[in-house]
Amino acid sequence: MKMAKAKKNFWQGSGLTYGMVILAYILVEIALKTDHMSSLMEGLLVPLCTYSILAVSLNLVVGISGELSLGHAGFMCVGAFSGALFSKIMKGSIDPTVSLVIAILIGAAVAAVFGILIGIPVLRLRGDYLAIVTLAFGEIIKNIINAIYLGRDVNGFHFSMKSEIELGLGEGGETLIKGAQGITGTPQASTFTIGVILLLITLFIVMNLVNSRTGRAIMAIRDNRIAAESIGLNVTKYKLLAFSVSAALAGVAGVLYAHNLTTLAALPKNFGYNQSIMILVFVVLGGIGNIRGSVIAAVVLTLLPELLRGLNNYRMLIYAIVLIALMLFNSSPKAIEMRERAAEWFKKKRQAKEA
Amino acid sequence: MAAMLEVKNLSISFGGLKAVDGFDVTIEKGQLYGLIGPNGAGKTTVFNLLTGVYKPDTGSIVLDGKNITGKKTIEINQSGIARTFQNIRLFKELTVLDNVKAGLHNHYKYSTLAGILRLPNYYKAEKAMDEKAMELLKVFDLEQESHYKASNLPYGKQRKLEIARALATEPKLLLLDEPAAGMNPNETAELMETIRFVRKEFNMTILLIEHDMKLVSGICEKLTVLNFGQVLASGDTSDVLNDPQVITAYLGE
Amino acid sequence: MSFMSYLISGISLGSVYAIIALGYTMVYGIAKMLNFAHGDIIMVGGYVVFIVTSTMGMSPVVGILAAVVVCTILGVTVERVAYRPLRDASPLAVLITAIGVSYLLQNLALLLFGADTKSFTSVITMEPLKLAGGQLLISGETIVTILSGIIVMIGLTLFINKTKTGQAMLAVSEDRGAATLMGINVNKTISVTFAIGSALAAVAAVLYCSAYPALTSQTGAMPGIKAFVAAVFGGIGSIPGAMIGGILLGVIENLSKAYISSQLSDAIVFSVLIIVLLVRPTGIMGRKISEKV
Repeated sequence: MKMAKAKKNFWQGSGLTYGMVILAYILVEIALKTDHMSSLMEGLLVPLCTYSILAVSLNLVVGISGELSLGHAGFMCVGAFSGALFSKIMKGSIDPTVSLVIAILIGAAVAAVFGILIGIPVLRLRGDYLAIVTLAFGEIIKNIINAIYLGRDVNGFHFSMKSEIELGLGEGGETLIKGAQGITGTPQASTFTIGVILLLITLFIVMNLVNSRTGRAIMAIRDNRIAAESIGLNVTKYKLLAFSVSAALAGVAGVLYAHNLTTLAALPKNFGYNQSIMILVFVVLGGIGNIRGSVIAAVVLTLLPELLRGLNNYRMLIYAIVLIALMLFNSSPKAIEMRERAAEWFKKKRQAKEA
Repeated sequence: MAAMLEVKNLSISFGGLKAVDGFDVTIEKGQLYGLIGPNGAGKTTVFNLLTGVYKPDTGSIVLDGKNITGKKTIEINQSGIARTFQNIRLFKELTVLDNVKAGLHNHYKYSTLAGILRLPNYYKAEKAMDEKAMELLKVFDLEQESHYKASNLPYGKQRKLEIARALATEPKLLLLDEPAAGMNPNETAELMETIRFVRKEFNMTILLIEHDMKLVSGICEKLTVLNFGQVLASGDTSDVLNDPQVITAYLGE
Repeated sequence: MSFMSYLISGISLGSVYAIIALGYTMVYGIAKMLNFAHGDIIMVGGYVVFIVTSTMGMSPVVGILAAVVVCTILGVTVERVAYRPLRDASPLAVLITAIGVSYLLQNLALLLFGADTKSFTSVITMEPLKLAGGQLLISGETIVTILSGIIVMIGLTLFINKTKTGQAMLAVSEDRGAATLMGINVNKTISVTFAIGSALAAVAAVLYCSAYPALTSQTGAMPGIKAFVAAVFGGIGSIPGAMIGGILLGVIENLSKAYISSQLSDAIVFSVLIIVLLVRPTGIMGRKISEKV
């Protein structure tokens, strides 16, 4: 009896989410094999995985830990650059898939370190202050990466924050990171299959974390910090844990993103606060704390503007209006009351029928 | 009998106002002790000092022979003090069961990694936690509601759940801040019965704040009366309640 | 001498930030929400001035007045339509809605005015001021901006402290529930706050676009974010805090551009913010907030 219940919970919970992703993967693969997919859609497959991973990982901070972070793109940026740098250095010397796996681990680790370094000071702040400081950190990361020059020659690595010439590379030297122009020539090793595997791993980590002793502590702290302390939960430890796991997963998404491009540059468009906000929108529209919702929202909201390409000029406008309307419908006390009244009415009607 | 809690000369001021001034109390093991006083007398501030929410300006707090003065809230909980709150503080979005399991957090351990990878000790610990939590819920007649969201419980049951959660941390001393606030006489009577039961069943030492003297007189053996942050009287319940000073403080001049 | 000129232009830039930050801080203090779309009101103000002066060829004064009127109406309308229904909703819901409004305004502008950069003609025709025998040149824009900053600050302080509406705003920011009980119309007070904040954004638009004449649908975003940082820096909700925060931010930005690195100036500005918040978690002039247990 108890076993049956646990199984049912699995299929209603995480099992459904994995199933959804795997089914989508199979359908896409069939469409690819039978040539039923436009090149535009094909180009979107890896980004869809990237955004889904970003949304799921941000949900861990915003939904599960209850802290508003506006700097998620910063962690993605750190992961993207550290992973791409590794691949660029190793290009040609090891198998590309092995190289990508190592790059992913490096991206995750570097982003996690940044998550901890930023989290320690930031998590002392509350609410809006935390939001603005995470936003600031995201911008700082992007800004600094834009000023980094790194090269290598026979004498080893050279580093500068000023210009390529300052590197003073010897003969046969190669510039690895070229300031605002970023990294060029990253091997394009990301594939849809790798993206889906990474998404499944992300889901596995986040959903299992949430449904464990650690996740319970994180959510207890979110719901009531003072009560959580009173029962002996270490607030800083668990907030930091959620923050750094989330950062590490954003780093993974960054590596995936970087290996889908030939040129990686830290532009406001891909790593600025606007990107962070876009990810936050996925999380909020998918339902704060709802992991499956994050994936669905990321996919739908990434596809929607592309499907609206015919309405090119209007698509972002429609997007904005949909966003506002959804928020008003979902969150305004009046709308909630109206929905509840409607539900009540249906319930009464059904009861009347039964009677 | 040995003292469970010994508090001496506890004081704290907020911006020149002495909220608690030279507070002393000694609670014996297994005692049910009441802390009463008019609104704003500093009762909850005493709780906040005992649980490390505020750091005292002066004074010492010794729990079961261990000095816990100036310790952090979580350390104090791990040393053995658990509490409830005047304005209920449940983990609203968690289930009733998970609220209690959160209380068991420091007694049933497995690593975060074991949780993510679902290693065998995850299942073992979770199962043990489920059983223990259900046992506690049964005491408070909450087992039927174990899968409700905590915020969906009726008010009286929310108060009970808060006590269950506090007990889950296996405290030596339980602090209850106005446990009967907002309850009707029937609910109150039932709650007092539960408190008595908890004391007997868990051999618990309890310090409770109540506003209403009548309620306190029914279950507390000893009382301390606070007024304007100072101890006005303390001793056996009946003596204290007949103290003319206490009567004046409550009824006014 | 160059230091002086960097400092003065920093104060000038800071004055613009301060004026925008005042809008942020008032709305935060009174409506308890982060109006993410505030920066985009600036962009709208910029376009209005541009159309009235460049396209229609009317005088700058008409342009400025038109910008103030349009921005005020826009601000109040946005509050009425998008924010008021969410008055008691979670802060996150309001924030996302504000982000939606920001997208909406930007894309509306993109649609109406196109993606090309409009070159804004400065509406300030004052001659530059020569000091120290011509070594220190202060542009008319700089002088007007600093003066406007001072006038706005004095005006706003007087308004808050001396008028009934201003007092009502203080009361609402202190305790909305109690203000309602005292017979203050909270909705009206919040509308007035948005009106003032948006009118200030229009003034900021004129000053900012005169100094940085490239106008696009994104024009408001960066000064908006910087002013938001300035408001937090000074202690969000505090009017003197917004002024101090804005000016400090402008000065730090300009000096680091001049002496450290123009590329890293934003990073430096944001780092200073973080350091300030770590030392004083509620900003320079912010009040300490503690939760009652």
